[in-house]
Amino acid sequence: MIVELGHYALILAFAVAILQTIVPMVGAQKGWADWMAAAGPLASAQFALLAIAFAALTWAFVTSDFSVLLVVENSHTLKPLLYKISGVWGNHEGSLLLWVLILAVFGASASWFGGNLPASLQARVLAVQGSIGAAFMAFMIFTSNPFLRTALPPFDGNDLNPLLQDPGLAFHPPFLYLGYVGLSMAFSFAVAALIEGKVDAAWGRWVRPWTLAAWIFLTIGITLGSWWAYYELGWGGFWFWDPVENASFMPWLVGTALLHSALVVERRGALVVWTLLLAILTFSLSLVGTFLVRSGVLTSVHAFSSDPARGVGVLLLLVLSTGGALTLFAARAHRFNRPVLFSPVSREGGLVLNNIILLTAAGTVFLGTFYPLFVDMMSGDKISVGPPYFNRTFLPLMLPLLIAVVFGMNLRWKRDTLKASVRRGAWALLPVVAAMALSVVLGGTSKTFGAIGMAIGLWLVIGSFAWWVTRVNLFRAPLTRSLDLARTTPRALYGMVLAHMGLGFAVIGIAVVTAWQLETIRAIHPGEVIQIGSFDVRLDRVRGHLGPNYEAERAVFVVSKDGRNLGEMLSERRFYPTSGRQTTEAAIDSRFLSNLYLVIGDADPSGAWTVRAYWHPFVLLIWIGPLLMAFGGLVSLSDRRFRLGATIRSAPPQALVAKA
Amino acid sequence: MTRPAMTTLLPLLAFAGLAVALVSGAQRETAMDFPGRLDRPLPEFTLSPMAGTDAGFSSADLNGQVVLVNVFASWCSACRQEHGKLLDLAQTQDVPIYGVNWRDSKGAGKLYLTRSGNPYVATGDDSAGRLGANLNVTGVPETYVVDAKGRIRYRHIGPITDKIWADVLHPLLSELEAES
Repeated sequence: MIVELGHYALILAFAVAILQTIVPMVGAQKGWADWMAAAGPLASAQFALLAIAFAALTWAFVTSDFSVLLVVENSHTLKPLLYKISGVWGNHEGSLLLWVLILAVFGASASWFGGNLPASLQARVLAVQGSIGAAFMAFMIFTSNPFLRTALPPFDGNDLNPLLQDPGLAFHPPFLYLGYVGLSMAFSFAVAALIEGKVDAAWGRWVRPWTLAAWIFLTIGITLGSWWAYYELGWGGFWFWDPVENASFMPWLVGTALLHSALVVERRGALVVWTLLLAILTFSLSLVGTFLVRSGVLTSVHAFSSDPARGVGVLLLLVLSTGGALTLFAARAHRFNRPVLFSPVSREGGLVLNNIILLTAAGTVFLGTFYPLFVDMMSGDKISVGPPYFNRTFLPLMLPLLIAVVFGMNLRWKRDTLKASVRRGAWALLPVVAAMALSVVLGGTSKTFGAIGMAIGLWLVIGSFAWWVTRVNLFRAPLTRSLDLARTTPRALYGMVLAHMGLGFAVIGIAVVTAWQLETIRAIHPGEVIQIGSFDVRLDRVRGHLGPNYEAERAVFVVSKDGRNLGEMLSERRFYPTSGRQTTEAAIDSRFLSNLYLVIGDADPSGAWTVRAYWHPFVLLIWIGPLLMAFGGLVSLSDRRFRLGATIRSAPPQALVAKA
Repeated sequence: MTRPAMTTLLPLLAFAGLAVALVSGAQRETAMDFPGRLDRPLPEFTLSPMAGTDAGFSSADLNGQVVLVNVFASWCSACRQEHGKLLDLAQTQDVPIYGVNWRDSKGAGKLYLTRSGNPYVATGDDSAGRLGANLNVTGVPETYVVDAKGRIRYRHIGPITDKIWADVLHPLLSELEAES
């Protein structure tokens, strides 16, 4: 009964989304206020209906209703409650339902909090948002319906892929989707503006916070995914350049570019055409992300659905939305082309450089991800390009950008000189050079890459902090004056400083781990000791252990350093009988941002166990950094400017009315 | 400016090209032509053992027998696709399969085989990609058929599928066995 209710709600939501596409759009074209006003209630109704559908599916999973096919395929009565719930989106159909639910949340928010938008712009934004929802719901209802029943309900289900039964991964997809789908707002705003023929200050002020919110979620989602891969896959790696990772990384890169270019639109009224294009591209890449995972066109460990009909369906959605938006762009974008003068050396110039590099970097990731597909098409060969390609193309591209960040922050709008910017930022170089010298003294010249990476990371952290010190005149003006300045500095600028510092921390973490990590692999008997760095790791015992829905071999390690006992660490090899799969649970001990990482492997006939031990110095920075970036985004989002919807620092740039 | 400019059309054109490529990619079956036949000497090499394993192998170990040399890496998803087939071949067929662990990080190759099973009679570490370069490896997986005289007779790019095995590799191996 509840399942049918959800099914009906989904179909009704589909109908509402169609109305939401047509009514406000026609209203906006004809100037009918009441038709435009229908957009808000329709968006709210669509959200409410999808919430009901989602709750119904969750109910089916929680109560293990095995008359529902999806529950049979992805759940099991013995599974812990958290994974019964996360099982809702741990599969193709359910994740699509979550996708459209989040889309509806964003649409409804635009109607709830969009009171200060021009009525016609708001109506068109909601119409575009409704059309995306309608398309995806059609795809879901016709090819991937989560509510289908099975005629012969079994006694128990097939269980969720055990790799996905993990707290980190329970929350990874919702965040990622909030990010992917949140970028639809930028897309809808861009398409609405193209139809409207007008981009003004309100437009810029509206697009940025939505993009920022989506970017924050995407950042957290990617970070969670990387953290999950680190401790769950048992390889001790944090990024694999796997097609699915790339799929989330590309919209992040382009979305980051969009955040920066929208800033120029908001403040200076320049780069409008470029920003419109970025908004379209960013969401298209999110769709490509969905497409990549769903279609199985690019095989990957992550792909839990590889049905060609569905792949073609998602592809069709991509062609319609991106193709449609780009056609509109081709036909109308020239109207927004208004020359705004700025010197190449200026804040605008710096942001253009940022955009060029980020887009090129996204392009190399795109090429590396799709190259195997193109080779396959040309010659029928299936190959993987793998990390060597990305390390050689992506990293060298990013290094100049990372160095340029601090100089960019120190540039003034409109016109500046390189000399002045360098002078403002240069004193941050001193500690950086010192740190680099120190690392060469300590580690020798063999770790050049590590030293350079660490120096660039420090440059970002210290340079960003130094920018703030300069801004509030710390140590130069009296302290009260500095405090005053610190208080009146807009939160958006604090957000910028924090985000750039977070980036620096991440770079330090990546560089240090890559250059200075230690690893040992040995087969040892219980009682024997392996050494890793200054740690002595003794394999104490290996015992059987029975979990709720798995059997495990649990290894107990006793760790000591310089003869001092540091306690026990547990690593498990789990076997899930229902699905017949095996997973490895690494033992991880964090100290001073660094991890001791132990994994138990197979036993050989003599009773020796393969043990892998890693020492990952400063590895936690790899995830703390991005979280700080996301936090910076949050701080920026709380800026008054966004909440009030009015500029407090400068008069709004004049509206760029299209000269049609 | 009131005239539509070519530049705003470019993104659409680029996307159209990509879409055509993707659609045909999504629908197409793997092409069934086999241009991989060749006849050239196997370069001489000695591979050190993969981290965590005891023995590597060298070109001399291959002498006098018909073998498959399979280039793999833990990060390669196409390798996972063919792994089941390799395990199957190792159980049911006489031809020894040698594994070259190409451009992998330390320990990953061993872990990969521990996890998914080891079809190889011997494996060697090519983390620097030197042998790969001599063989002209462009990506993984690649499989080379080496005859008893130490000459490469066939190069297969991509995973070994049931069809490839039945149509190409198996007949070729029988032919080479008969030669020697």
